[in-house]
Amino acid sequence: MTFEAIDAWWWPYLFILIGGALATDIWRFLGVFLAGGIAEDSDILVLVRCVATALVAAVIANLIVFPSGALADTPAALRVGAALSGFGAYLVLGRSVLLSIVVAEAVLLAGIFLL
Amino acid sequence: MTSERPAGPLPAPETDNLGNFRWFLRGAVAAISLPAFILACSFVGFAALALEAGVTMSQAVFMTAVVWALPSKVVLVGAIMAGNGLLAAAFAVALSAVRLTPMVVALVPEMRTPRTRLWVLYLLSHFVAVTSWVLALETIRNVPRARRTAYYGGLGSTLVFINMCVVTAVYLVARDLPPAASAALLLITPIYFLTSLWGSAREKAGNVAMALGLVLGPIVHLFAPGASLLATGAIAGLAAYGWHVWSRRTA
Repeated sequence: MTFEAIDAWWWPYLFILIGGALATDIWRFLGVFLAGGIAEDSDILVLVRCVATALVAAVIANLIVFPSGALADTPAALRVGAALSGFGAYLVLGRSVLLSIVVAEAVLLAGIFLL
Repeated sequence: MTSERPAGPLPAPETDNLGNFRWFLRGAVAAISLPAFILACSFVGFAALALEAGVTMSQAVFMTAVVWALPSKVVLVGAIMAGNGLLAAAFAVALSAVRLTPMVVALVPEMRTPRTRLWVLYLLSHFVAVTSWVLALETIRNVPRARRTAYYGGLGSTLVFINMCVVTAVYLVARDLPPAASAALLLITPIYFLTSLWGSAREKAGNVAMALGLVLGPIVHLFAPGASLLATGAIAGLAAYGWHVWSRRTA
């Protein structure tokens, strides 16, 4: 049952509701339910955060290494270089998210126009 | 930022709806901030990604309203692109959204009073995502306790609304962009997460999990494209947790 499995206008919305909204809100509702019950530093939450962080990290890496659209037409080394420059700028220049985006974009665009 | 409330008149009774509306508006104003600007930039990137995946404008705007958390949406779009089925997509999204539970657990005690209705908290929890949560924890101490639910309602709903507009705007103009600009837009989302995910790690194990996930993600994708997210999350997450337990023993 993929996003395009059923050729009806409502199917993609149902897919988004179940695959996206329900799968996300269930954790928010669980948070309200549990509020006050779990300690922030309890070990099970550390494990949960580790798995969640690694999963999102995999998404990020795949977006850079196996991108889609116009980004796919740029060299992989340029994309990785732009991401590393942005992240390096973030670590070295005061942890600014905005600055890291500016640096990464500058490297990417310079690469596109100069290479 | 002042954390002391001036010793002024006592807060009005909770039945005072005008007061609640005023604090709702103050929450809405508090939403307009630098973190919100950065979030809007990353929604530009998300909209470009959704467009590339074949998601229509109304579907993307709908997704913004009902899912809201950006990691969930990026994972969902990733699953749509990979042609994953509904169950696999829901499972991957659910795994990426687990992080919302501890955030809600941390926020609710800040907003709750003995008279707060439970459904209000369930409704407001939908607005919890990294940016609204960070903004709320920074500013909510300056809000009278009885007004905090109204305030967070204003803050959260305004952020959602702004980004629904951002997604719409990107869909309207993106088709006419030159390839270099499209490429630049598509790079925003990974860079935003690369930095904000690193910065939001509560313990060192979070950074370890992130580094392992970044390296393992593409490698696992080469061997098992359909299961790469779940497999990487499990392997790298467990390894980082193992490191956490091990480093605490030896410390």
